[in-house]
Amino acid sequence: MSQIKMPLPDSSILDRREYLTAGLTVAAGSGNVITDPIETIAYECDALVAYRCPPLAVVLPRSTEEIAAILKFCHLNNLPVVPRGAGTSLAGGALPTADSVVIGVSRLNNTLEIDLPNRFIRVQSGMTNLSVSGAVSSDNFFYAPDPSSQLACAIAGNIAMNSGGAHCLKYGVTTNNLMGVRMVTMKGDIVDIGGPHLDPAGYDLLGIICGSEGQFGIVTEATLRILGKPEGARPILMGFNSNEVAGACVADIIKAGLLPVALEFMDKPAVIACENFAKAGYPTDVEALLIVEVEGSESEIDDQLKKIKRIALHHNPQVLRESDSALQSDLIWKGRKAAFGAMGQIADYMCMDGTIPTSQLPNVLGQMQEMAKGYGLRVANVFHAGDGNLHPLILFDANKPGDQEKCENFGNDILKLCVEVGGCLTGEHGVGIEKRELMNIQFNDQDLEMQMRVKDVFDPKWLLNATKVFPIGSSSSRRNKNSQKAA
Amino acid sequence: MTEIIEPECEIELAEFVRGAVASKSKLRIVGGGSKQALGNSVTGKHVSTSKLHGIVLYEPASLTIVADAGTPLEELEDELSGNGQHLPFEPSDYRNLLGSSGEPTIGAVVACGISGPRRIQTGSCRDSLIGVRFINGDGDVIKSGGRVMKNVTGYDLVKLLAGSYGTLGIITQVSFKLLPAPEKTATVILYDMDDNQAVGAMSKALGSPFDLSGAAHMPKGKNQSMTLIRLEGFEKSVDYRAQKLAESLSHFGEVEIESDSEIAKKRWKQINNIEAFANRPGAVWRLSLKPGDSPGVINAISQSREIEVLYDWGGGLVWLLTPIIDNCGEKIIRNCVNQVGGHSTLIRAPKENFTGNAFHPQSDIVEKISTNLRLQFDPHSILNSGKMSAI
Repeated sequence: MSQIKMPLPDSSILDRREYLTAGLTVAAGSGNVITDPIETIAYECDALVAYRCPPLAVVLPRSTEEIAAILKFCHLNNLPVVPRGAGTSLAGGALPTADSVVIGVSRLNNTLEIDLPNRFIRVQSGMTNLSVSGAVSSDNFFYAPDPSSQLACAIAGNIAMNSGGAHCLKYGVTTNNLMGVRMVTMKGDIVDIGGPHLDPAGYDLLGIICGSEGQFGIVTEATLRILGKPEGARPILMGFNSNEVAGACVADIIKAGLLPVALEFMDKPAVIACENFAKAGYPTDVEALLIVEVEGSESEIDDQLKKIKRIALHHNPQVLRESDSALQSDLIWKGRKAAFGAMGQIADYMCMDGTIPTSQLPNVLGQMQEMAKGYGLRVANVFHAGDGNLHPLILFDANKPGDQEKCENFGNDILKLCVEVGGCLTGEHGVGIEKRELMNIQFNDQDLEMQMRVKDVFDPKWLLNATKVFPIGSSSSRRNKNSQKAA
Repeated sequence: MTEIIEPECEIELAEFVRGAVASKSKLRIVGGGSKQALGNSVTGKHVSTSKLHGIVLYEPASLTIVADAGTPLEELEDELSGNGQHLPFEPSDYRNLLGSSGEPTIGAVVACGISGPRRIQTGSCRDSLIGVRFINGDGDVIKSGGRVMKNVTGYDLVKLLAGSYGTLGIITQVSFKLLPAPEKTATVILYDMDDNQAVGAMSKALGSPFDLSGAAHMPKGKNQSMTLIRLEGFEKSVDYRAQKLAESLSHFGEVEIESDSEIAKKRWKQINNIEAFANRPGAVWRLSLKPGDSPGVINAISQSREIEVLYDWGGGLVWLLTPIIDNCGEKIIRNCVNQVGGHSTLIRAPKENFTGNAFHPQSDIVEKISTNLRLQFDPHSILNSGKMSAI
């Protein structure tokens, strides 16, 4: 059994099911609405698969205007809405409730404008992250944020969760690469914010919309910054005999003024699992492995790697292997990129996402292994070391009664530790339902009240994805104000 | 001389704000007072954050710094440069431009969202800002973000506070992510191009793999025009990229590489601080446009007004000096900007020569959202009331 509780569905909505689905069909067009319970099952969860609930209906509109009409209807009828990109959220950001309508943007998947001289692309929000880079790749441009799910995840979801990726140490996350949006508010108003110019005219509304987890509106179009591709890139692999030493090496690289484009850290359990799975040639006798990648021309890369190797040698690496071919570079990355698949082969796992100050890396990794012993569970770590964004993968057995609860408790303890040492609950996955009840650890009541007041501006009735982000008890009075349901 | 209230700590400042709510007093918020002229004029009790002073935490290996709002910018920058690091967004110093005195503080840099030429490479002030503490209009102390550089926990109030000119809260503490300061700075200079050619050349350079950290253009005036492209980094890398860029831009005309770091730094400081318009009569506007639209907008404005301009951000930012007649040219400037999209802000003008909003009016729905946001943060409209809008 899973532990995160969702509020009871509003019976006044369930009682009006037929009236409401008929109304949706009128507002959205019959070809765009799914109400058959067999078909809505496909939308019952996102990538946090332990939590499932089919919605009342699913709507897949074909235009901004259709979304405006649907939201107007939902607003009028106090019908909760759950926006959905590609459904790859690891935090339950797209989990429906039984009394909600899922509005998916998957049919909004066109490129609207490519402007190379002004370095932006304007797309519909259902486009996948990778296809945005794909649209400008032949012109030697790319879109920088690169979450691991980039093959599948939609720009709409990237904006909702302010997604990051392996290369954000240099290029920033979604919010640093988003220039404008077209968004439909819960009332059905269409609003344009930002654009191809570089800063806001008044308040930075774009900054607050990005990362608002689909609680302010449904983004249908996005203007994204694109960058000229670097001339080349090359990784180097470094193995050390302890997490502490690897952590110290990371600190020294950064202190030396080097800014690698990626700085990935794997602990021993992760190295072994990845090597067994991907046969990437990783040394399995090391305690910690670093993958450091730099960009530039051949000579620039040589120069940077020389500096990095000099630093690494101070830390007595057990392995120091610079890629000397495209094939070897691919192999070095192959293991890292296979991490999630490799873990999935061993056991069920939950992927956590806290961030810590990088100075706390050895301390937190050490404490995590101690906690793992206490819980009798295994944990592997694969993460972005340059920015302190951890991804502990906790292994458990979903078929073993009580194991998932144990795993969730362990995960919560890790996140509490992250906050304790000066970090945060989530670096790039978002709060969703997963970390909702932990928000009180990072924020006090006044902080949360201030955030909820911002939602009051965009969605006064609290209909949009309203059961996420805030502790369910903290948001209940606002959510229940406009419905007849019990708490 | 009006009395300036200078609370010694965050708690005292919060108490003071609660007192102001009780007595229905409006507050005029300043840091060191050097940028008071920005935005619309404000009346009220004069409260300063200058005594909230000091670097709270600095971990060079984590690329992060936390400082209280009243910390002088110079003090913060000195501390960073001692460790070979800097604030990526290169905050400008407008004292000469505005003819003001006072010590620029880091809190006010954030409140005004000030970003220099490096904005095109590493983002603006809000992109480096990773945490804030502030006091809202109820006198509550609120925090958002923190001291780690990747953080999506809760709404990003950090971004909203940056550039809100004290109208959403009095910022008491700020955290930034940092970058290593470059070993070398060089400028690639192209001469004698008109505005269209210059923006074309800068666009080409910005779309290249050569990682520019500045792209500015000074049109022909008394001197010939100069288009400037900045490169920063390790020496070998800068030399290599400067050479490659010079080659790829050679068809635009004469190209020169200025490879002395000190000269280059001085040059970009002048651009950053808009020294060209300091001690000159007239009003100063700041236009934010799609780079390719800028030459057309400038040409259109110049048909009916005398103007001098300076392009930064590859053409995305235009500084404009114009006589004060006709409300400093508000109507023609805003009309021309509205034709293409973007916005204009009045940065400097004698009070008696400008009536209207220093900030560009936005669509009704955006104005409505902005007003409602302000009322959630400051329900009694006491914080810098009138600075950005009517309330």
